[in-house]
Amino acid sequence: MNAARIYMRYAGISIRSQMQYRASFVMLAIGHFLGTGVEMLGIWALFARFRMLGTWRLAEVALFYGLVNVAFALAESVGRGFDLFPGMVKGGQFDRLLLRPRSTALQVAACELQLMRVGRFAQGLIVLLWAAWALQVDWTVGRIALAAFAVFGGMCLFMGLFVLQATLAFWTTETLELMNTVTYGGTETGKFPLTIYRRWFRAFFTFVVPLASVTYFPALAILDRPDPLGSPLWFRCAAPLIGVLFLVAALYVWRFGVRRYRSTGS
Amino acid sequence: MRPYWAMLNARFRALLQYRAAAVAGLATQIFWGLIRMMIFAAFFENAAGRSPMSKEHVIAYIWLGQAFWAMFPLRVDAEVAEMIRSGHVAYELLRPVDLYALWFSRSIAARVAPTLLRAGPILLVAVLAGWIGWTGPASLAACAASLLAALLLSSAFAVLMTLSLFWTISGRGLTHLITMAAYVLGGMVIPLPLFPDWLQPVLNVLPFRGLVDVPFRLYTGHIPPAELPAMLAGQLGWALALILLGRWILRRAARNLVVQGG
Repeated sequence: MNAARIYMRYAGISIRSQMQYRASFVMLAIGHFLGTGVEMLGIWALFARFRMLGTWRLAEVALFYGLVNVAFALAESVGRGFDLFPGMVKGGQFDRLLLRPRSTALQVAACELQLMRVGRFAQGLIVLLWAAWALQVDWTVGRIALAAFAVFGGMCLFMGLFVLQATLAFWTTETLELMNTVTYGGTETGKFPLTIYRRWFRAFFTFVVPLASVTYFPALAILDRPDPLGSPLWFRCAAPLIGVLFLVAALYVWRFGVRRYRSTGS
Repeated sequence: MRPYWAMLNARFRALLQYRAAAVAGLATQIFWGLIRMMIFAAFFENAAGRSPMSKEHVIAYIWLGQAFWAMFPLRVDAEVAEMIRSGHVAYELLRPVDLYALWFSRSIAARVAPTLLRAGPILLVAVLAGWIGWTGPASLAACAASLLAALLLSSAFAVLMTLSLFWTISGRGLTHLITMAAYVLGGMVIPLPLFPDWLQPVLNVLPFRGLVDVPFRLYTGHIPPAELPAMLAGQLGWALALILLGRWILRRAARNLVVQGG
């Protein structure tokens, strides 16, 4: 409970500081809205040209797109503090965090709450709502709950990736651009049904980075489509749980990193 | 001409130092190219609609896009941006040189150096894997000429974005908007011919296609080499217009500039 209160306090400070440059904030949010929106424009243009992607319609792809973008935007606004972490290690500010009797992961996460990500969130949500309407799926309570669960699982998965990326900085003191392939690359990949990719690529985003479990499997269950890869229905509904477990595992790795941490001494 | 050349040279060598970043960027770019290639290939697989571009052309276009990604006007000059923010830009204004030309030289260096580090290996991978095929010496020469014009156009764009910081101090927002417009209308999201036919006349008159779409299509032969003069005229005409606009903006900005503090 205490942790939640501290997080809110941190978040409040961060929001207030961003509101000092209000015009810039509005521009940034709009920029993010349009910036992520151009991708949807591209997808729309491709469907206008080709009509179908294999057996998939635009509305179905839009469901994937909306799920992954909303999840990623939530993870980004909550967990982007981990982006600043390598700087903290280099500058020695992380030592200060260690002195405080609170979880280090919480403090790092809370040191920046990026409100401008509201742009991507809004954009993803609009696409998601459009997909929900255009799909003409019977939106039962179960389906809505599963969609929400998928978003939550996706948020956890991406946060887990941010945590892992930051944890690497304990050893390298530099963040690795390479990790962008699974974070941004993950959103790029998750926008489309997994079946369109090659086998090795599918396996990577199913077993190494369990992206499939927070987009592909629950989306199939929502769409009532059988899985060409042959997973049972109960698994498709429970799959987002794997995203949550991924975050838990990532936090364990983080704790391991903190224990091995040696200050750079500057 | 000497000071501008010196600036270009110095910046160029400074930027070449970031080799580790280039290697990491390389891997990211290839991974990204693979994702995009698979997506487009899937669209082509059992396409119901007719495509104005063949699958081979689209794939070559994508890999050229990955290779020359760093040439695109993606970000403002961070050092100039900081000078504008901190007020050190006043020193720049005191220099007995043409400031626009100086910043333009910086901008060229900022495009050429990372492109040189990245383009070679990516092109090598793409050619060896058969994603980019040989289309003949005429197409290659046309593409090279057009890429040079694209470099001028791209640098002019980047300077304009930097200049916008005179008005919006932490103005990442506006520059982000320009970048995104250029990104989608220039052909980095999907090849321009794949946009709906009714949109094509609009895309053809906008300056953005000169950034990547024209040189890439010249290489694949989708635009025949014979059309090179017309393409170059479009690219260079827009580059000139943007340079003149930039010079005018800089003159106005310098006149109204108030540097605070002592």
